Amino acid sequence: MALVKRLRAVLPAMTGLATIVGAFAVLEGLLRAGLINRYIVPLPSEVLFSFERVVMEEHISQRFAQTLGEAFAAGLLAAIAGFLVGVLLYRNRLLERAVGVWVAAFAAAPLVLAYPLFLVIFGRSSLTIVMLGFLSGIAPVIMKTLEGLHAVRPVLLDVGRSFKLRQGQIFWKVLFPAAVPTIFVGIRLGLIFALINVVGLEFLINFGGLGQLINELAERYDMPGTYAAITFVILISVVIFAGLERVEQWLRPSA
Amino acid sequence: MAIHAIERATARQPATAMADTGGAAAQAALRVTGLTKQFDTPQGPLTAVQDVSFSVGEGEFVSIIGPSGCGKSTLFKILGGLADGYRGRAFVGNEPVAGPHPAIGMVFQEESTFPWRNVLDNVAFPLEIAGMAKGQRQERARHFIGLVGLAGFEQRYPAELSGGMRQRVAIARTLAFEPKILLMDEPFGSLDEQTRLLLGDKVLQIHQSLKQTSLLITHSITEAVQLSDRIIVMTYRPGRIKRVVPIDLPRPRTSEVVSSEAFGRYVAAIWADLREEASRGMTDAERPS
Repeated sequence: MALVKRLRAVLPAMTGLATIVGAFAVLEGLLRAGLINRYIVPLPSEVLFSFERVVMEEHISQRFAQTLGEAFAAGLLAAIAGFLVGVLLYRNRLLERAVGVWVAAFAAAPLVLAYPLFLVIFGRSSLTIVMLGFLSGIAPVIMKTLEGLHAVRPVLLDVGRSFKLRQGQIFWKVLFPAAVPTIFVGIRLGLIFALINVVGLEFLINFGGLGQLINELAERYDMPGTYAAITFVILISVVIFAGLERVEQWLRPSA
Repeated sequence: MAIHAIERATARQPATAMADTGGAAAQAALRVTGLTKQFDTPQGPLTAVQDVSFSVGEGEFVSIIGPSGCGKSTLFKILGGLADGYRGRAFVGNEPVAGPHPAIGMVFQEESTFPWRNVLDNVAFPLEIAGMAKGQRQERARHFIGLVGLAGFEQRYPAELSGGMRQRVAIARTLAFEPKILLMDEPFGSLDEQTRLLLGDKVLQIHQSLKQTSLLITHSITEAVQLSDRIIVMTYRPGRIKRVVPIDLPRPRTSEVVSSEAFGRYVAAIWADLREEASRGMTDAERPS
């Protein structure tokens, strides 16, 4: 019985892993059969074997830590600032109506194209990368914070009022936990935007991190190495998302 | 119960006189005088309740029944201190209602448990707000969870419970607040008839043991007769008191009372009054706006 329970617990992860392995096996087959151009897409087995080389020769841990740090800093700034601006707009309906459309438009703006301006202001440094990542990630957090707060069922606020909660207590004990799932959708989106822009800018300005490594490997036409480096970017996303899930579960436990 | 007793109990009298509790108004736990509430709508002002006066005595169980749109929930919100902009006055004892009153506990019609808190933490919520130590508030919460028959479900989250269980959690949470007056707005409105009857039993047991003054807003005649000492029947919009029906069924009661002849007569008598009002509501709802 305990074994069955344990198997059930690991089944989703095992299925996910099997799906990825299966997809790579299919891709390997298609490449070997010549149905996909091997100069554009390397063999998954070559990517797998290139990991050791990328790790040993390309200072991957240092680059990984730099990109993770920049993405984390940009995401954290976007989450905090986005949440605060979202709450401010929620509290001030006039302001919300005045700037709501601009925030939505800002979310769709290709901010990465403004990188020369950031280089002028912050120099060719991690700060430029963090600031661009932060600004790219803030809009979805603002929008989803607003959406989450507006969607809280009025009866929950009535419950709070019936127990004579003060305004601050209503916010932290009722509004915020009720809106957490939607706010975290915004934070996840913000982190995705931030990470894309962080790696993209590292690539563009050739400054540290995994983005620079991907740029260098691509310039050398080392396709297996390039894809191996991209895998580390995905790993950063997995690390951040796993951490975020724990924070959400801590803030708002559920069944 | 003899038929003439029911007829006497449900005889037509001036509504305001009947709406008063037996004793002097000063002894009433809850008192409403000349309450009128209007809402602004795109079609013009809409009077939800008009000149409503009644009182509820200490420990009394009173139900307000009426068709949809008679202003029952508006009354609930006014008495709970959650609505303003009305004419007339509402009192808790001798204190005018000006915002949520500490003596009043409210159970809402809609699902109102906090999904992010388990049953224990939901019920302990008002005690947490009051600053009670964790151990003490959990102990008290467990007592009220047991009172509503949910012992063993303390660690479950609302998503893991049925609708009836969630409403019991909401009732336990309000009871944990230890209010002197319990206001309930169609707490079992979304549940099936059998569950309602069984939860009615639970409410009767709680009322029997805590002797709280209770005001139930409902559109279920059987629920009102099963639980109440008096039933206030409301007219369709604007909501006025049509008449007050004292329920002279023996206590302690259980849901078995619904099979008695006297119960059936009360239900029939109240339906005779409500039918006309419900028909007016239906006609109004079907009229093109």
